[in-house]
Amino acid sequence: MLRLENLQKQYKTGDRALKGIDLVVPKGQVMALIGPSGAGKSTLIRCVNRLVDPTSGHVYLNDMDITHLGYRGLRVARRRMGMIFQEYALVERLTVMENVLSGRLGYVGFWRSYFRKFPQSDINEAFRLLERVGLDNMVDKRADELSGGQRQRVGIARALIQNPELLLVDEPTASLDPKTSRQIMRLISELCQERQLAAIINIHDVLLAEMFAKRIVGLKSGEIVYDGPPDGLSPEVLTTIYGEEDWTATIDHVDEEDLTEEERRERERLMKKSS
Amino acid sequence: MAVRMTGEVKIWQRRERGKQLAIWVGWLVSVAIFVYCWQLISEKTIWMFVNDAPRQAADLAERMIPPKWEYLDKLWIPLWDTLNIATLGTVMALILAVPIAFCAARNTTPSVLLVRPVALFIIVSSRSINSLVWALMLVTIIGPGVVAGILAIGFRSIGFCAKLLYEAIEEIDETQVEAITATGANRAQTLAFGIVPQIMPAFAGISIFRWDINIRESTVLGLVGAGGIGLQLDASISTLAWTQVSVILLAILATVIVSEWVSAKVRHAVI
Repeated sequence: MLRLENLQKQYKTGDRALKGIDLVVPKGQVMALIGPSGAGKSTLIRCVNRLVDPTSGHVYLNDMDITHLGYRGLRVARRRMGMIFQEYALVERLTVMENVLSGRLGYVGFWRSYFRKFPQSDINEAFRLLERVGLDNMVDKRADELSGGQRQRVGIARALIQNPELLLVDEPTASLDPKTSRQIMRLISELCQERQLAAIINIHDVLLAEMFAKRIVGLKSGEIVYDGPPDGLSPEVLTTIYGEEDWTATIDHVDEEDLTEEERRERERLMKKSS
Repeated sequence: MAVRMTGEVKIWQRRERGKQLAIWVGWLVSVAIFVYCWQLISEKTIWMFVNDAPRQAADLAERMIPPKWEYLDKLWIPLWDTLNIATLGTVMALILAVPIAFCAARNTTPSVLLVRPVALFIIVSSRSINSLVWALMLVTIIGPGVVAGILAIGFRSIGFCAKLLYEAIEEIDETQVEAITATGANRAQTLAFGIVPQIMPAFAGISIFRWDINIRESTVLGLVGAGGIGLQLDASISTLAWTQVSVILLAILATVIVSEWVSAKVRHAVI
């Protein structure tokens, strides 16, 4: 569904962030992209929806070449890709409802959106999504009144109301506590499953990546150095991605007693599925 | 920065020795210039007038008291004019300042090479001319009256409001804008949803602040014939009607106090 061909990005400063990435993400696949800071993870997903313009190479979404779209075509393509951000990137001074509805901006004309006259179907969908992410009683709160986990849920609802085929997720848990991180990752993976969404999730936390993604891609200084299932992440692989370090704790997965009953079942379910 | 070894001990000082010396020399030079200027001004002063000052001030105060309160009846309309000049001038300035600010801000300007310099030039030229000077020119062009006052206040305020607003636009959080762009929103929608909510508090603050300043500025515009209470002030001073002058000054003082109070209230409510 998403295909990257020899994707390269060189910034004006001369940094080569991506050095010829080839990657195929089929429909419904949740893929975690791991790698050290500065490996080009953010650049990669921003090249997909062209918040960053790639220097060369191609991005195909269902055989449509995104890299050569004009302004109008790009807007239509962006509607099909929902993005979830590191620091939530909600418009802080707008309400929860307005933030969620802003996901429909690609479908609604300027004046309708300006006077907040969104179609009733969009509003129904917004209520449904807010209920799904557990925020149906927060509709009229301003985004800056919410906690980190709640904000990220609004961010998820905003991405999903676009009715996307692909989710681009940039460090969704970077500023959340461990428990909320797991809840958010679980929500994202469940929603992807419900809606058969493909997703690229940039994530620092290798354990979370192993728990919630069926495929892991390791990026190091702009090149893919690993592409495979979570259990293929041996100490040698992690050393190639991140460099020399004692990886045993990461490989042993989480200490079992750390997990709640629910999370243990979750892991068993995921493990069965992957084996 | 400045670390040197004295035997085994590492000594740390805020600055290198040479730099510290240069700073002391700088202070010395400034003090010398200050003393020299003091002397120069003393030489050029006619001390006879200065020695006379307390007596003159007392004399003037005596002539201003008691204020001629009946005169207040003739001041209500000019005061109302003054308020209108300030308010309408501010509104006019804000309407024109918003597009100029968006053209001047580095992150929203349509063209950094063409449009931005023009916008910056408008801002600088508006700011470099005092509203009294604007009023003088406008009275010559469109004749005396309230309209000249409104335009003078408006022209002077465009630069002020646009400058503060474009600085606010440049300081917004770009990831919020990115997020709106990523939904497939067009440019106008990105502006309305991603940028405008972020600069609203600044916009409200700037408008009220400028309105507050404009009330004070519009009280003197009448001196050059641009309407408002300044006309009465000018007339009273030139006829040496000091008891009227004191009433006018008290009226202006009261207006300014009220405007300070109103703007504090509004600012509190908006932000």
